[in-house]
Amino acid sequence: MLDKAKDAVIDREFKLVGSRPVRPDGVDKVTGRARFGADISAPGMLVGKVLRSPHAHARIHSIDIHAALQVPGVKAVVTRDDFAENAKHKDVLCNVMARDKALYEGHAVAAVAATSAAAARKALKLIKIDYDILPHVTDVDEAMRDDAPLLHDDMITSGVDPAPEKPSNVARRFEFGHGDVDDGFAKADVVIEREFKTEAAHQAYIEPHACLASLTEDGHGELFCCTQGHYAVRDICASLCGLEVSKLRVTASEIGGGFGGKTTVFLEPLALVLSRKTGRPVKMVMSRDEVFRASGPTASTSSSIKIGATRDGRITAGQGEFRYQGGAFTGSPVQFGAMCAFACYALDNVKTVGYDVVTNRPKQAAYRAPGAPMAAFAVESVIEELAVKLGIDPIEFRLKNAAQEGDKSSYGPTFPRIGLIETLEAAKAHEHYSAPLGPNQGRGVASGYWFNFGGATSVSLNIHPDGTVALVVGTPDIGGSRASMTLMAAEELGIPYDKVNCIVADTASLGLNETSHGSRVTFASGLATIEAARNAKTEMCARAAMIWEISEEAVTWEDGHAKPAGANAGDFEPMSLADIAKIAEKTGGPISGHFEKNPAGAGASFATHIVDVEVDPETGRVEVKRFTAVQDAGKAIHPSYVEGQFQGGAVQGVGWALNEEYVYGPDGKMQNAGFLDYRVPVCSDLPMIDTVIVEVPNPGHPYGVRGVGETGIVPPMAAVANALSAAAGVRMTELPMSPPKVLRAIDDTRPSIAAE
Amino acid sequence: MVQVGLWGSLKAAVGGVDTVEVEAANIRQLLNRLSEAHPGLAPVIEKGVAVSIDGEIHQDNWFAEIPPGSEVYVLPHMEGG
Repeated sequence: MLDKAKDAVIDREFKLVGSRPVRPDGVDKVTGRARFGADISAPGMLVGKVLRSPHAHARIHSIDIHAALQVPGVKAVVTRDDFAENAKHKDVLCNVMARDKALYEGHAVAAVAATSAAAARKALKLIKIDYDILPHVTDVDEAMRDDAPLLHDDMITSGVDPAPEKPSNVARRFEFGHGDVDDGFAKADVVIEREFKTEAAHQAYIEPHACLASLTEDGHGELFCCTQGHYAVRDICASLCGLEVSKLRVTASEIGGGFGGKTTVFLEPLALVLSRKTGRPVKMVMSRDEVFRASGPTASTSSSIKIGATRDGRITAGQGEFRYQGGAFTGSPVQFGAMCAFACYALDNVKTVGYDVVTNRPKQAAYRAPGAPMAAFAVESVIEELAVKLGIDPIEFRLKNAAQEGDKSSYGPTFPRIGLIETLEAAKAHEHYSAPLGPNQGRGVASGYWFNFGGATSVSLNIHPDGTVALVVGTPDIGGSRASMTLMAAEELGIPYDKVNCIVADTASLGLNETSHGSRVTFASGLATIEAARNAKTEMCARAAMIWEISEEAVTWEDGHAKPAGANAGDFEPMSLADIAKIAEKTGGPISGHFEKNPAGAGASFATHIVDVEVDPETGRVEVKRFTAVQDAGKAIHPSYVEGQFQGGAVQGVGWALNEEYVYGPDGKMQNAGFLDYRVPVCSDLPMIDTVIVEVPNPGHPYGVRGVGETGIVPPMAAVANALSAAAGVRMTELPMSPPKVLRAIDDTRPSIAAE
Repeated sequence: MVQVGLWGSLKAAVGGVDTVEVEAANIRQLLNRLSEAHPGLAPVIEKGVAVSIDGEIHQDNWFAEIPPGSEVYVLPHMEGG
């Protein structure tokens, strides 16, 4: 079926795919009826609150909960003693409830369930913890030093030969590449080397983490929570709480943003254990302060880049060392940074090395194209600088070196059909690229790459007696996917969009679905939707064949109807989906289509962004004046939501570039845990983000889809830095490029003024 | 025989070379035989890896076929946002 689909890709004419109908969840969302994580209640529900470490690094000698339990209304307190050791999810367990040490400010050390929030808060204040405060480290470069405070006494760097004898804060080393970079640099006419740093940025979803848990003494549980992956929540929680997977039913709420940050658990295991201890449902909702201090931002990084090129603009070698801290546990996305760094270029000689480092910060969580944006900021800054130095148009320079089908990628595999060149050519041809600039304005360009992948996916499609269709998917809708799934089902079945109703099922109602991440949903759930619809069509054709008393092979499906396949099949009035559905009970029973698969073939997506900025030379403030995001979508199922993904990635990238950062004091505590001090861009900060959808079909998907959710955040930081460089003549190598840093850099170019 | 490219951190477990050869017709055979021939790879494989076959990335997909002459790379397990 899939192979046939591959053959059929692409040149087909679509009737619905590519249109822009209203999203099925729209009415609920604009009327406030949609139920997000904190919008559900249960009879007898308790309120759960978490006590968090005030110290960046401290050994926990003892926890005294006696006084807290005496507070009227308090029903239970849980600590590390309420969770058994868990080898499989050791770090997750330690992150949701500290064990022997608090590893970062905000690390959960106890949780309370009470009849009111006031009682719970009062109880938190009465929990006595005997801490032994330890030295801490929050900077990635400092954490790598030999004399840095150690987070884990048993951390021996993996991927190093011979293995180090002493523990350190470096968890893993990765290396990718091919060729001989020394040889490549020897052939270069120009070589540029730069050091870069980026700060941690939070996914900054509007909806804080929230859940409602109910767990009975006999091990039956229900959990309602905002998550990108309720199956993953189920599996982890069942493991941490000692439950059978089938007895824990998890329902994903509507989600107010995730961007990768809701792919793990924080509150859910605590709520379940509190519920089991009290015999009552427990609801927990994070404050914004907790979201910043205790849920994952992305990694902060430092990197060293060296790229050489010939006078005529051919890159001879690229080299990068990337150092990412991912908080207190192994798992920064440095390997993906090292893999994506040079993925846009066809290079004979390339080498990247990555170091995964731990620090006293919250455990990082995935954030759109995890690891890639920081590496692209560094590499694409040097690429632009090389182009300028060589006097070659920056897009032309990229085109001269761009990866295409048949090129060996910088991380190993040979690229199949990809669309980088198409995005570069579309950007070059765009009116924006040649538009005039005003005073203090500059234009920058950058490209970016993300792999995309498939993952376990299960879809059911039920044909109802009235000719409508229930489409049941298991991937939480984090970006309009129900609209896209509905379009694909309606297209395949040949019925109107509004005859299909797509829902996200709970974990008991559908087979396993991997989390909505990796830009996989429109690809994988979409592929499964199409195949489920095809299976339903096969059955509907069989039913028509029975009515007409001809063979199944003599019936075909066309425009929403079963029809005789040709003149030899006989002369019968076509039967619509509704005709067949109406009598399904009498022709063999209900009709459904199912599809389960772990599909490969997710096509990679490339993007090229053009940014104009204006710099105020007196204050260092940078304003984005114009932004055009060009990206390959393979096939845009619902173009509005594809554009939305491009725009969202661009906006979050601009925030990361100019404003967003975790600011730490010397005490290792975050100084700006709120949206007033952690400044994300809002509408008034930005121009309209223009978009160009490039469609280079992915042969791995029946309709040619490539995931689009992540690549859009990869180029913006470099594009903004390149624009700023063009506007003000300064090369910014640290994010965020906030006004004080930009002003300092500008002042440094004016030594006489600086000296006054 | 399948020529398998390994990401750099795995080189240490296979004597410092970039590629190794194993007899395998699918990913399960590939991973099992890599672990048998190079025990140092076993913990990484057990934890989870992705496998690229002719540029198509497979994850947790044991019975994906490896056609003769394919380009095969073992890569870190993919995660996304």
